[in-house]
Amino acid sequence: MTTYVTRFGSLNQYEKGGVEIIDDDPKRYTFSNIFDVAAHSRPYEKVAVGKNRQYVLEAIRAEGDSDWRRTAHDEFALVMDGEVEVVLHRLSPDEEPPEGTQGSIQLGHEPAGPRMGRVVARRGHMTLLPAHAAYRFRAEKPAVVLLQTIEGADTLYRWGEICQTH
Amino acid sequence: MTLLMDTNVIASEPNAHGYAEFTLGEFHFRRDEYFVYVKWPTGSHVMSADAFLRAMQRDVAWNFFYGIVNFDGVVGTVNHYGTVDLFAGRYNDAYRKAEMDHVENFQSENIKATFERMLADWTNASFDPFASPEETGSAFGDKNGSNLAAVTRRRVASRRMVSCDDDEQLRTDATHPINRMFADVAQDSPLVEPEPGFESDVKAYNLFAYLSRSDVTWNPSVVSVCKDSLYCPTTEEYILPIIHGNDRVEWFVQLSDEIIWAVEDRDTGAARTRVVMKPGDVASMPANIRHQGYAPKRAMLLVWENADGALPELYATGKLPSHPVDF
Repeated sequence: MTTYVTRFGSLNQYEKGGVEIIDDDPKRYTFSNIFDVAAHSRPYEKVAVGKNRQYVLEAIRAEGDSDWRRTAHDEFALVMDGEVEVVLHRLSPDEEPPEGTQGSIQLGHEPAGPRMGRVVARRGHMTLLPAHAAYRFRAEKPAVVLLQTIEGADTLYRWGEICQTH
Repeated sequence: MTLLMDTNVIASEPNAHGYAEFTLGEFHFRRDEYFVYVKWPTGSHVMSADAFLRAMQRDVAWNFFYGIVNFDGVVGTVNHYGTVDLFAGRYNDAYRKAEMDHVENFQSENIKATFERMLADWTNASFDPFASPEETGSAFGDKNGSNLAAVTRRRVASRRMVSCDDDEQLRTDATHPINRMFADVAQDSPLVEPEPGFESDVKAYNLFAYLSRSDVTWNPSVVSVCKDSLYCPTTEEYILPIIHGNDRVEWFVQLSDEIIWAVEDRDTGAARTRVVMKPGDVASMPANIRHQGYAPKRAMLLVWENADGALPELYATGKLPSHPVDF
């Protein structure tokens, strides 16, 4: 009888698939790998691995402490590898992002609003980063987060470096 | 095209095999022990009953989904979000050239009513169209009871995130035992420590454990919502029972294991690429292709959709390119 082994990737062990072309351009498939992107990123760079109009998926290498960030809409952080602590504070009225801000932006200082709580998430765990909150990631060891959000001023686009081109 | 304005389902008395036959516009549907037969004014088609029911189950449960649901290379539906095209040979180059293709447009509720009746009547007690082939009995034979609980499953659709208040809740042993192929998936929970008064906004859960308990295959279900950005993960085993034709760009993130995608031109069926996805891989599916996946072992796939209702028109009129990014 078959013993099934579920294969996940990690920063230290990942194997990329790929686009095998019959009659098309591989760049149309925007093919990359989250662990490969995180392995070549600096801590807390927000590198887009998916973009659907204004919406993005960002691959984030979590390592040490992130800046405090603030958001006017819900975001969702899925830990793909490692362990990440998320600390949340409610934004005070004067800390709210300017109207129309999409994605998250730096807060620039310790949050003034009340502490909302914290989450410690490991591989496969999804954390709500609620609207009108400040959050900070902390990872003792390098970890990988996939962030569901909207493109913002700090979203980085490196398609030519991360995607299969031929 | 004919636009039917009533919701009457035209069904026959049971045929020699115990199954009703159905008429929808100028289409006629019949099944026997092994096969489903579809006829239209300029042609006819035959499909294995199990494959037909698996495809129809997705079409009904997804309310005709985004874009085109090809049951196979000949028959399928196009969702216009209010009306639905039922077609034969429309997206098949050979049928088009032979002028054997046929399309009729129906109000969504009309075609859905007929499909629901057909699915209920043609699914025997032993068969679950949403289950993997190893986890269900036979679809074949003369009519033998029904499996209404399976074919009328509620579609999971989170409004904010699974585990949030008044939202989809976690799966447990009582209702969703861990699938045999995911027995090794960690079932630990994140540490969640809300301060008093913030219990509704400090939320986290184990998505991989949640997916390991899915009792269906190839059935994207919303787990988190960022405006029109929807995470729709699904667990995949064997073959996607439909060939999905896009009306917008969609994205895949391979969360576990491996899926192989056969990608064809949406309108002609000509082969374009083969995409092999391994854990951590991310790929976009352009707005003018159709795709069918093959999963040797049950795999976790994150389907990422943009539910903006304006997109189909923008892509169809060329106001948006069919691929998401130029670089």
